[in-house]
Amino acid sequence: MSQPDPVSLPFTAFTDVAALSARRSTRWRPGLAAHQGLALHNEVFASTRESAGCAAALALALDDARCLPREAGDEAQDRRSVLWVQTREAARRVGRPYRAGLPQTLQGRVIHVLAEKAEDALFALEEGLRCRDLAFVLGEIAGNPKALDFTASRRLTLASERHGVPLFLVRLDAARDLSSARMRWEVASAPSPAPHWNQRAPGTPRWRAELFRARAHAPGEWVLGEEQGGLMARKPDEETGEAAANWAAGLRLRHPLRRA
Amino acid sequence: MSPQEAGSSRSRRILSIWLPALAIDRWRVMADEHSRVLDRGPLVLIADTAHGPRIEAVNRAGAAAGAHKGMMLADARTLCPEIATAPSDPAGDLGFLETLAIWAQRWGPWSALDPPDGLLVDVTAVAHLFGGENRLLADVQQAFAQRQLAVRTAIAPTAGAAWALAHHGRDGAIVEGAEAIERALSDLPVAALRLDQDVVTVLRRLGLKRLGEIATLGRDAIQRRFRNRKSPAANPLVRLDQLLGRVPEPLLPVVPQQVPLVQRRLLEPIRHRQLLDTVVTDLAGDMARELEGRGQGARRLELGLWRVDGEVVVRRLELAAATRDPAHIVRLFAARLDDVDAGFGIEMLRLRASWAEPLALAQDDIETAAETHGTSLAACIDRLTVRLGAQAVTRPVPFASHIPERAQCWQPPLEPEASSQGQLAFHARPLKLLDSPESIAVLYATPDGYPQRFRWRGQVHEVARVEGPERIAPEWWRERGGARLRDYYRIEDEAGRRYWIYRLGIIGDGRGGPPDWYLHGLCA
Repeated sequence: MSQPDPVSLPFTAFTDVAALSARRSTRWRPGLAAHQGLALHNEVFASTRESAGCAAALALALDDARCLPREAGDEAQDRRSVLWVQTREAARRVGRPYRAGLPQTLQGRVIHVLAEKAEDALFALEEGLRCRDLAFVLGEIAGNPKALDFTASRRLTLASERHGVPLFLVRLDAARDLSSARMRWEVASAPSPAPHWNQRAPGTPRWRAELFRARAHAPGEWVLGEEQGGLMARKPDEETGEAAANWAAGLRLRHPLRRA
Repeated sequence: MSPQEAGSSRSRRILSIWLPALAIDRWRVMADEHSRVLDRGPLVLIADTAHGPRIEAVNRAGAAAGAHKGMMLADARTLCPEIATAPSDPAGDLGFLETLAIWAQRWGPWSALDPPDGLLVDVTAVAHLFGGENRLLADVQQAFAQRQLAVRTAIAPTAGAAWALAHHGRDGAIVEGAEAIERALSDLPVAALRLDQDVVTVLRRLGLKRLGEIATLGRDAIQRRFRNRKSPAANPLVRLDQLLGRVPEPLLPVVPQQVPLVQRRLLEPIRHRQLLDTVVTDLAGDMARELEGRGQGARRLELGLWRVDGEVVVRRLELAAATRDPAHIVRLFAARLDDVDAGFGIEMLRLRASWAEPLALAQDDIETAAETHGTSLAACIDRLTVRLGAQAVTRPVPFASHIPERAQCWQPPLEPEASSQGQLAFHARPLKLLDSPESIAVLYATPDGYPQRFRWRGQVHEVARVEGPERIAPEWWRERGGARLRDYYRIEDEAGRRYWIYRLGIIGDGRGGPPDWYLHGLCA
């Protein structure tokens, strides 16, 4: 099937079709929470040699919070706390959150829980999901502990969906086991763009994120980064210059569905 | 009447009560008939020290025999071999003094402790209730005489003057007006200033024995010699000003507090968990009513279980925020009661809120929907703390330090955050900080070139981008002289992984050999 050239179409038709197809597209894109609601249970697989998993999870969580339509009674600025649960093993491997390095909007809102075992961490995650005063819950669990089986994962999903608190569970050095998470990501660092003033310095962080399992979306791969106060996602192959039509994107590039 | 005198008559009136023989009097009151016989002869109360027993208090016969406070018992025995001894109890004396302080509030709205053996009562504008200050003092004397406690009393406009008159002046002195204070105090010894012993010694060596003599010397001369302005007990001028009311002297009043307490005595000892839970539920309900009546919420709860065989099991609970929700209390205690050994049975339970904070009355039934609407943050933290321990649930807060790992400390999650300096925008900090910096092997151009390649946890990273160094000097006021500076670099490797590494020291700083490199944090 040949793609129509967007320039040749009449302008109004182009915008209508683009808007319509963008809305009906099942592909994930930043800011999707505005239309489809929060993705409540997310898993982010990452390596312990970098903190890309946590950083991407925070970026996704903040993007969801930003895009969620504000209701009349809500405060102008979200001041709710964030529960950050780590097992001791995870804290040993990738360190503990450092307040001065957190995103600006999260500084002073983090409550840190250090759990000795994975069971304790799961308990803390579930208690956090039941709490109505939390913006979201972030968990870091290293490896594939026996306690985190499909049943435990299902418990987390149910608690999260019942109380509407999003969960971002970072799985460090873990195999893709069975899980009932709504969205499952595999995240690694990507080279950052050179800053304008110092070409040799590391720039704003970028992550290569693969959505390998999602209930409502087709899998895909993106380069994520934060730009102008919002989350940006690009195709890894079209890094330079955004392609004209998002509306035909669903037809191209279908990855074979990988089994977890 | 001149305006100044009119002002002074409306000034504060402080009653100082000194119990010169508090320890002995208390021992006499507490002692039984059998040991009270000892009091007829010389008797001393002793405390054990590293050099043997030392005398803490002496009765009249003992003082006549030559023993005095601070003497070693062995020395006293050489003077008077038949001297009798009893152990002293300073903690008990202090507790007794506290109860006396509350009791002494019958003469004034508030009272303060004056350890080790005195009390201060504010009797401003209350003397007319007793028919004048003379009658008030007579009432005090009579009340203490009934309790068989020897006292000396004085009333003066300031606490310092009242103390000085009670200890060193005429018993029952009443002083009013600024000139009268100076007149009344000029004959007292310098020890009446409540100074440390070494300061009194210095004053005596200077030839100053009476308070009146200090005024003759001139303030400048004394000020030059006693420069310590922080501790009033080391500076005669501050004490003199306090005594004359020129400098305020804050006093800490004793406020009696009733701890909310509920208990259940059981007809039949219970041995089963189910019954125990029922009783705890009842207690929590009682406690909630008790706290609600006071408009308070519990922050710390202590549950005591009295067993038939004489053991008492205590379970303590700390809450993140004041609460009086019985269901919440029961749920938290349920986790703590798992390891209770009931033995032959539990016959009494007592629940005590040893720390309570004001909590406004709230609309009822708003928490029944916790299952559907979720729990509050305080309840969530309580549950986490009870299972994981208080150390496990914390919040990072900034701390005034340059060293990155010290610049953040952890505190309980709902405590208010101390104010701190804002962070500098050009200080790029990592998202995660390792618990302890990990040693890495780095290839770099000595002495202070950029890192080019490093090995961390068994893998080699090629450095693609570098920013730095950000030099952080050791905190010389805290660390040892040999501590080395740190040069922090923010780096990105060929795969885009971003780290925060530092070089400890620099070649030629004279503080050790070639510098080591450490990986300290992982950037976003």
